[in-house]
Amino acid sequence: MSEGKEKEMIKVEKLNKSFGDLHVLKDIDLKVNESDVVVLIGASGSGKSTLLRCLNFLEIKNSGKIVIEGDQIEQETHDLNKVRERVGMVFQHFNLFPHKTVLGNIIEAPTQVKGISKEQAIKEGKLLLDKVGLGDKYNVYPSTLSGGQKQRVAIARALAMKPDVMLFDEPTSALDPELVGEVLSTMKELADDGMTMVVVTHEMGFAREVGDWVVYMHDGKIVESGIPIDLFDNPRKERTKEFLGSIL
Amino acid sequence: MSGIKHFFDVFINSFDVFVEGFKITIYLSVASLLIAFIIGLFFAILKISNVKILQWIADAYIWLVRGTPLIVQIFVLYYGLTEIILLDKFWAGVAGLAFHSGAYIAEIIRGAIQSIDKGQTEAGRSLGMTSGLTMRRIILPQAFRRAVPSLGNQFIIGIKDSSLVSFIGMQELFGVASTQGSNNFDYLPFYLTVAVYYLIIVLVLTVLVNMLEKKMAQSD
Ligand SMILES: Nc1ncnc2c1ncn2[C@@H]1O[C@H](COP(=O)(O)OP(=O)(O)OP(=O)(O)O)[C@@H](O)[C@H]1O
Ligand SMILES: [Mg+2]
Repeated sequence: MSEGKEKEMIKVEKLNKSFGDLHVLKDIDLKVNESDVVVLIGASGSGKSTLLRCLNFLEIKNSGKIVIEGDQIEQETHDLNKVRERVGMVFQHFNLFPHKTVLGNIIEAPTQVKGISKEQAIKEGKLLLDKVGLGDKYNVYPSTLSGGQKQRVAIARALAMKPDVMLFDEPTSALDPELVGEVLSTMKELADDGMTMVVVTHEMGFAREVGDWVVYMHDGKIVESGIPIDLFDNPRKERTKEFLGSIL
Repeated sequence: MSGIKHFFDVFINSFDVFVEGFKITIYLSVASLLIAFIIGLFFAILKISNVKILQWIADAYIWLVRGTPLIVQIFVLYYGLTEIILLDKFWAGVAGLAFHSGAYIAEIIRGAIQSIDKGQTEAGRSLGMTSGLTMRRIILPQAFRRAVPSLGNQFIIGIKDSSLVSFIGMQELFGVASTQGSNNFDYLPFYLTVAVYYLIIVLVLTVLVNMLEKKMAQSD
């Protein structure tokens, strides 16, 4: 990361989130520059998904600031639906719409939310499907696809809204091992195209190769963050060492 | 043997009067079930709303319907509606049947909506869709598919229950059977005849629902 000049895509300051008595995110600070890939790692229950979901306002924070492209987003002052159009999300379990074809999944939001014409949405949707290597699958239903194909469709569906940032919540965790590679390489291409991405993953190879910045979370706090070689090869905190030791 | 022959004679000779009753049963059922469906959808949405008062209203309605016999509902609505707002018998009957089926349909639709994976809503919302749009475009189409068997079953019950409006003087299928039975002092053949008509209606509806289920299963 070069210093200073880059555009700040996301800035989080002192973010707190609780579910009832359970304090899940504790004073989280995070910056994501344009075109960066930030990888979130941490044990189960450490709050990674909750953090991502706060960034796209599927969960509403209790306190702190979330700034997206210089715009401090608050439930009271912003139409969160509009914000979500700019922040795409890919889920562990794909969450494709089973009653719609692959192309139907992709054109749903552009036509219904943005009011783009169906012809235009179909044209763009087919290009996106080509991009994720599924150009011939536009007319089938999701149930006929493999997990890896489903996830690539889900990526194309999110991209169809032309988001400025993409959030990935364990996009390969539900996949058979042999299907993980195709999804990771689609994500790598996206990163190479300059997409800003925040990725929760257990794929440390991906984090090393594609990540610009790695954030290790434990118990709702950011314990340590840094560029991949530093964090993986020279972790400063004892906790980080333990965690890396447990998964590598 | 002569009993069976007698039944067939009654069945054939009464065809014209039963066709009239048949038509009324179909009109009653179609009108009441359409209205019941709208009522059901409305109360299902109240129940899953996050607004306590709306939930209570839906609970109260369902409690009222479940807690009283259909025949009582029909009579109350009949006297209430025909004497106060001067509806005719047909529409009073439709109102009673729709009021009744609506509660069961509300529960079916609510259950179907709640059975749809939460990830579907999240996917819709994450794409910038509003909660209303997500409900209409993503959740309800899937919920209806899932509800087809139960709704079909409820429609069958609704059609059979429409026989109760004969007690407010409607000459639908069962009303025709009762009238013919007492006019001819010969009950059993007419009640057997009416049973056959109901069986045919239910058979046709069952086949239709099965076809619909098959068709919808293709995309799942
Ligand atoms: N909607 C919710 N209601 C109550 N508690 C929740 C909710 N969502 C998450 N939690 C709790 O918040 C904590 C953090 O959950 P979160 O899903 O963010 O963890 P995670 O780091 O993504 O874990 P995993 O690796 O298992 O996905 C957990 O204790 C979880 O049980
Ligand atoms: Mg998670």
